Amino acid sequence: MPQQRRPNQLFRNLHAKVAAIPMILTATIVFVGGTLWTVLYSFTSSGLLPRLNFVGLAQYERLWSTRRWLVSVENLAIFGVGKMVFALVIGFVLAALLDQKIRFENTFRTILLYPFALSFIVTGLVWQWILNPDFGVQSVVRGLGWESFSFDPLYNPDIVIYGILIAALWQTTGLVMCLMLAGLRGIDEDIWKAARVDGIPMWKTYLFIVIPMMRPVLITALVIIATAIVKVYDLVVAQTSGGPGIASEVPAKYVYDMMFSSQNLGQGFAASTMMLLSVLIVVIPWAYLEFGGRKRHG
Amino acid sequence: MADVAALNTAGVAADAVSKDLAGPRGARPRRAISRRNVFLYGTLFVISVYYLLPLYVMIVTSLKGMPEIRLGNVFSPPMEITFEPWVKAWAEACTGLNCDGLSRGFWNSVQITVPSVILSIAIASLNGYALANWRFKGADVFFTILIFGAFIPYQVMLYPMVIILREIGLYGSLSGLVLVHTIFGMPILTLLFRNYFTSLPEELFKAARVDGAGFWGIYFKIMLPMSLPIFVVALIIQITGIWNDFLFGVVYTRPESYPMTVQLNNIVNSVQGVKEYNVNMAATLLTGLVPLIVYFASGKLFVRGIAAGAVKG
Amino acid sequence: MSVSIKELTLSFGDVEVLKRLDLEIERGEFLVLLGSSGCGKSTLLNCIAGLLDITDGQIFINGRNVTWEQPKDRGIGMVFQSYALYPQMTVEGNLSFGLKNARVPKDEIARRIARAAEILHMGPLLKRKPAQLSGGQRQRVAIGRALVRDVDVFLFDEPLSNLDAKLRAELRVEIKRLHQQLENTTMIYVTHDQIEAMTLADRIAIMRAGSIQQLAEPHTIYNRPVNKYVAGFIGSPSINLIDGTIEMNGVPSFVAGRTRIGIERYAFSGNGPKPGGATFGIRPEHIFLGRAAAEEPFTAEVDVEVIEPMGADTLVWSKLDGHELRFRVDGQVPIRTGERVPIGFDPARASIFDAETEMRL
Ligand SMILES: Nc1ncnc2c1ncn2[C@@H]1O[C@H](COP(=O)(O)OP(=O)(O)O)[C@@H](O)[C@H]1O
Ligand SMILES: [Mg+2]
Repeated sequence: MPQQRRPNQLFRNLHAKVAAIPMILTATIVFVGGTLWTVLYSFTSSGLLPRLNFVGLAQYERLWSTRRWLVSVENLAIFGVGKMVFALVIGFVLAALLDQKIRFENTFRTILLYPFALSFIVTGLVWQWILNPDFGVQSVVRGLGWESFSFDPLYNPDIVIYGILIAALWQTTGLVMCLMLAGLRGIDEDIWKAARVDGIPMWKTYLFIVIPMMRPVLITALVIIATAIVKVYDLVVAQTSGGPGIASEVPAKYVYDMMFSSQNLGQGFAASTMMLLSVLIVVIPWAYLEFGGRKRHG
Repeated sequence: MADVAALNTAGVAADAVSKDLAGPRGARPRRAISRRNVFLYGTLFVISVYYLLPLYVMIVTSLKGMPEIRLGNVFSPPMEITFEPWVKAWAEACTGLNCDGLSRGFWNSVQITVPSVILSIAIASLNGYALANWRFKGADVFFTILIFGAFIPYQVMLYPMVIILREIGLYGSLSGLVLVHTIFGMPILTLLFRNYFTSLPEELFKAARVDGAGFWGIYFKIMLPMSLPIFVVALIIQITGIWNDFLFGVVYTRPESYPMTVQLNNIVNSVQGVKEYNVNMAATLLTGLVPLIVYFASGKLFVRGIAAGAVKG
Repeated sequence: MSVSIKELTLSFGDVEVLKRLDLEIERGEFLVLLGSSGCGKSTLLNCIAGLLDITDGQIFINGRNVTWEQPKDRGIGMVFQSYALYPQMTVEGNLSFGLKNARVPKDEIARRIARAAEILHMGPLLKRKPAQLSGGQRQRVAIGRALVRDVDVFLFDEPLSNLDAKLRAELRVEIKRLHQQLENTTMIYVTHDQIEAMTLADRIAIMRAGSIQQLAEPHTIYNRPVNKYVAGFIGSPSINLIDGTIEMNGVPSFVAGRTRIGIERYAFSGNGPKPGGATFGIRPEHIFLGRAAAEEPFTAEVDVEVIEPMGADTLVWSKLDGHELRFRVDGQVPIRTGERVPIGFDPARASIFDAETEMRL
């Protein structure tokens, strides 16, 4: 029996491996390599150019004693909590309304979702205009006779972050609604029938039966909203440029400004590492719950 | 009724039957204007008005002259419609650097978006196909990293990417930005395609292998023709995503090749000169036009795409 | 030998799905791989086709070692449960795809397609897309796709499982006819349906948990199952199994409680009967009722508990000294729940298994 040559393991599936080269390079060089590089250089005193002279945690100490960073973090916290709570609640209520077998469902959904197609720049600019105190909402209400009415979030450092929140919610809730609607549609029709036969009121069915059943969708929505919160940047740039003063600064903007205008790379690296950390705090438990507990098959 | 029945004992039985017959029968009466409906549609109407308001404001403002804007408020409809602001926004509006309007940004965005969309979808669909059907050792490791990459804030990889682009001589060029979009679009698109190809029957793939088709043969002759819907979804995600990008545009291109979003921001938020709100809104609307057209044209497919694309945040 | 498999092992990670499996298949044979779902039938078929890389062992087709060869080079055609027709191609496209990949000349392709269309009666379907075909037609096309490859070995992976009962019976006959028509064509056919297996096979291989339990003609499998598992797996309603012991005072007999069955005419394999624990198996269709029972070597009375009339015959669930006993009687025989009726059977037709090893005695 003539012995064949065994196909070399390295060349098995060769075409698949060749086709996957871009993915392999992206995963290793950009994602892993880039992340490690940034974390490493966050411990250096890099200024205009990256340099490997280590200074320990000095960049982080400086970061956490910079007022602008502290304001950024505080803004992100307010913005984050607000966006998370309101996006989930409003998104769910809208989905529940649309799920009532209504007519024109497609029309309503199209209207609620279109802002999501727009960029944050466009969103920020149009809300900047609507919230303009001289021509926008404030002037309209005053024009109706309520002369002392005051609503100028973009010019008031105390509430400017809420002005941004309004725009962000307008842009995102349609998406959350769509996710929730898909979740609602995924629930067995018989659950509703059973609840009706048992005479359970609608709101109770939602609260105690449907929402717990929507756990996977809720978690997906939560993760999506959370990662978007941390990345918020363009919206602020367009709507307020971080102003008035530094009242609406956010971490992502801090990173950009440090890296590309202040020539203070070390600060940028330290700040972005902090952002990474905050995302990992959300994503790792989620990934563990989603994929860790049970082994995947197939 | 009992009195009537008492007159004739024989009628009692018949009466009992007719009493049953008199009860509810047939379809339950339904009123179109019930309290529930008024509340439901009323709420939805009010909410819709709120969501449409910014679009309305953009449109009416862009059609007014500056004097009219100074007199009225953002919501009042234009008394005299003018297209002057649109022309100005397109061809004459000034950024800090030049005064040739948004047109330059528009064409830059086209030059960025078209190749980025094609390249990213081509690469990601191949990745997804390889991951779904030709699983090689270690493939899952790279895939897991890739998916984690979707969650890493871009800020972390911003500067390393600058270095990579500089090393290969693409920093500041449109090709560089195309590469960046291809890389950062990869996680979500790869996931999209992998899941789709996994959902196709495995026996089809096996049949094609028995028929002697190889990696590329199966991809082009079997998988591609079956995957049109998912390619359209990917197309929607990528066109809107790349067109709407701001961060990568600012970081990786030079001012003369800034994409439309960056140019728009520079026009509207430029500190010099008098604020021309009508021109600003015309410019804003112009920039939003491409994704809006994609959105309204794609309908249900957009909804299908967002669940996947949403991770981009 | 047409196909021969030597010490084939296949693992998915730590799980060994096929365990040192040997199988020799004659040229022109119709071999059915029969087993419950998840026992590794498809896996074995995929290994033969080259769609899975085996962990250890060798595979020969037509005397050629194909262990490391690509599916297309192995000289096999394959038919799948889900038909696996390429949805965007016409029937003709589906049939010619493999031939085009193999760079077969155009006129040769046309000739082969015409032949397949004639054999499978699908001439009018050639220009249609799979979506425009019925289930039966789709499976016919799938068979045609294997046919045009002009190969000696056909692999079928549960080809009829997606069809309704009537179509299944029709196509079963058609496959059998095809096998008779194509001389020297080996067919390996995977199914979990024992009717299909019994009707189609020259030989049946009963699989369980990745190994072959028995490989024999259908008749042998049915009448002389090699172990308790095979006995229970083949036959519907399934064989009656009674636990007891073999006693050897004078003549050998099987004893379970107060029941004593003489087994002196039972054909023991190997060294003959030995005393010890055993399981006695008798098929429901080998038990007779009433007058016919009296002529059988073993007779007894049983209590009827449940009757299931099925038209042609009636399945009776009864108790024999507390042991459950199912048997089949003609549908016309009057029988009622709660009755006590005489039954009888011939212990020579039974199967007796060792209580420990569960192997046939
Ligand atoms: N790709 C795979 N990875 C891991 N386990 C598998 C895979 N394919 C099949 N198995 C396992 O191998 C066993 C045999 O599967 P299969 O051959 O499909 O059974 P069947 O006899 O029903 O055709 C099953 O237990 C199945 O779970
Ligand atoms: Mg199977």
